[in-house]
Amino acid sequence: MDVLTLSRLQFAVTSIFHFIFVPLTLGLSILTAYMETRYVMTGDATYLRMTKFWGKLFLINFALGVVTGITMEFQFGMNWAEYSKYVGDIFGAPLAIEATVAFFLESVFIGLWIFGWDKVSKKVHLLSIWLVAFATNLSALWILLANGWMQHPVGYVLRNGRAEMVDFMALITNPSGVLKFVHTVLSGYMVASFFVMGIAAYHLLKRNQIDFFKRSFKIGATFGVVSSLLVFLSGDYSSAIVAETQPVKFAAMESIWETKQGVGLNLLIIPNEKGECNEVERFCVPNMLSMLAFHAPNAEIKGLKDFPRDLRPPVTPTFLSFRAMVGLGMFMLLTSLLGFVLSRWGKLEDRTLFLKIMLFAIPVPYLAAQLGWIVAEVGRQPWIVYGVMKTSDAVSRSISVAQVVGSLAGFTLLYGGLGVIDIYLLAKVAKKGPEI
Amino acid sequence: MEYQIIWFVLWGVLWAVYFMLDGFVLGTGMLHYLLGKSEDDKRVLINTIGPVWDGNEVWLVTAGGATFAAFPTTYALMFSYLYTALLLLLFALIIRGVSFEFRGKVEGQGWKKGWDAAIFLGSFLPALLFGVAFGNIFAGLPMDASGYHGSLIGLLNPYGLLTGVLFVMLFAVHGSLYAAVKTRGDLQVRAVAMAKRLWPVLLLVAVAFLGYTNFATKLYGNYISHPVLLLVPALAVAALLGIRVFAAKEKLLAAFTASSLTILLVVGTGVTGLFPNLIPSNLDPVYSLTIFNSSSSQYTLKIMTVVAFIFVPIVIAYKIWVYRIFRAPVTIEDVTKSNEAY
Repeated sequence: MDVLTLSRLQFAVTSIFHFIFVPLTLGLSILTAYMETRYVMTGDATYLRMTKFWGKLFLINFALGVVTGITMEFQFGMNWAEYSKYVGDIFGAPLAIEATVAFFLESVFIGLWIFGWDKVSKKVHLLSIWLVAFATNLSALWILLANGWMQHPVGYVLRNGRAEMVDFMALITNPSGVLKFVHTVLSGYMVASFFVMGIAAYHLLKRNQIDFFKRSFKIGATFGVVSSLLVFLSGDYSSAIVAETQPVKFAAMESIWETKQGVGLNLLIIPNEKGECNEVERFCVPNMLSMLAFHAPNAEIKGLKDFPRDLRPPVTPTFLSFRAMVGLGMFMLLTSLLGFVLSRWGKLEDRTLFLKIMLFAIPVPYLAAQLGWIVAEVGRQPWIVYGVMKTSDAVSRSISVAQVVGSLAGFTLLYGGLGVIDIYLLAKVAKKGPEI
Repeated sequence: MEYQIIWFVLWGVLWAVYFMLDGFVLGTGMLHYLLGKSEDDKRVLINTIGPVWDGNEVWLVTAGGATFAAFPTTYALMFSYLYTALLLLLFALIIRGVSFEFRGKVEGQGWKKGWDAAIFLGSFLPALLFGVAFGNIFAGLPMDASGYHGSLIGLLNPYGLLTGVLFVMLFAVHGSLYAAVKTRGDLQVRAVAMAKRLWPVLLLVAVAFLGYTNFATKLYGNYISHPVLLLVPALAVAALLGIRVFAAKEKLLAAFTASSLTILLVVGTGVTGLFPNLIPSNLDPVYSLTIFNSSSSQYTLKIMTVVAFIFVPIVIAYKIWVYRIFRAPVTIEDVTKSNEAY
């Protein structure tokens, strides 16, 4: 394998691993802040215990999200030096701004929150967790504006042999970036709500602290239902943006080969990349795809054959990841809706089958989020910046195969070990339940 | 043109502040074996840095981000040329960060011993590697039009290693003074004694560094052409001597302030000597990366200047506020009766 392939593999490994921890942080920070708010407002000690229990899980998860984030920043320079040189003028800014306006806020106030229970007033303590939640989400905004720029570059000119920023406002109002932010943080909220519902279900199945976990479940379910609905809404807008700005990615997501007007949505497709067609197309909803993409029943959708072969992304992984993500999204919408209804009006603790499903559904939103990233990143290939720079031109020239083999092996071992320890600690604390 | 100079100064300040702040965290982590005789002592030490280490590390992320945004070519080449060294640094910092969080989560001798070793390695290695990296940056890297001609072993040259040892000693003294300020009782006595014992070694290494710099680098060029700049190294030496004076008088906070200033001024001395280079080439100065040939456009620098001038003061304000909240020393009772302490 060459430096390019190895570096891509390493970026995949490190970013997938980073994104195991980030989405839970995004959502659980808000849920923990909400629980503490209820405690401060009502004085109800159960909410204090909730804050501490879910907060402890939040912190175990948070640590790995932080330390693996530094890798992401370093890697652009280490493995993607040509990329960093070429687009650093516009791409470096959101990363530096993220550190300055968001990461400082998050890291300083997480310290105050962990160690400040007896040092500051209840209200200041509450403020610190809200600042953490706000800063975490603000971090995501800047990172996703940077990623949005890679998907749909705006506000730059090619000058002096590189991409130079000419319009900062265009960068921060880039619809690709803003929608990616909304869609991604919502997926994080779903991760958190399924995490809370799943662990609550485990204890309800064991008839352990029923009141505590029913109330926790209700909070998770409410958050989950709202997030799932909004995730679909933002996903709909996102795919419309992709259809407009990255037509070849859209064609790969839907496995559309021929350019046509009034395209229907086939519920079952088996793509044949070599033959440039679909083996199987079944259960067509007429005009649906044109509606989804352009909100007009007879809109034209470009097929993959309109693009040269070497400018198309790998169709099968893009298509399958997209379908699987949408399928998992529907599952989550239904289960969180059911959870919402049962936790409000039903006898949740008696629904053992449903509770078992919710326990085993903890990984589902994680998987959906990773699949979403595969659609976004694999679907953008062969470009690193869509239409501007190819991934193959972006890799560092000064690094050797041996170096990247070493670093990839190191990351895999280190991350593998830390992942095992982290999941062990999460499971241990989650199973033990809250202090009485 | 002036934006490049603003960003050169900010670049230097970000690194210097990072080393000052993470310096005492790294120093405390390096010395927790020697200072902490019992499990309680070790926990006290870890909890003195518990509330602040994460916020301190963000200065590194910001220094890296600022390099990317303001000097993308330097960022790209520095990080890819120093690939393996930075990789080891990353691994060490990752391990250190999780150690603080994980160590106290399971009761058990083996578990704690393992994370203690991780804290030591995750503190010592970054201190050494940062020193080696900056020593090599001061001396220049072997680079020309065809790229980089160095290797990891090449970075471990005598000057690089000496700078590495300098950083280790600076942080060790700084960390023991931090521990002295933040603890009481036997632990505090041991920390003060440690600082006093390490100080002569630091002085020796610092003198060797200042001398060797004359032969290994071109840093003194700026000082010869603008003698007024000699104020920076002179103040660095004064601060270094101040550490010993205040430590002898048991004025611990003053001694810690002196070691903070020492770190700021030592980094300041190096960075002042570098100007206008960010990474000199030791093959031919034509290929040096300077603030002019590796910077972002004026437009980007202007945007980043506005962001920095608004937000960095805000960051400093709330950091000082939080440091004040945690200004009291940490005691064994604090640690044992709290559920949240590390």
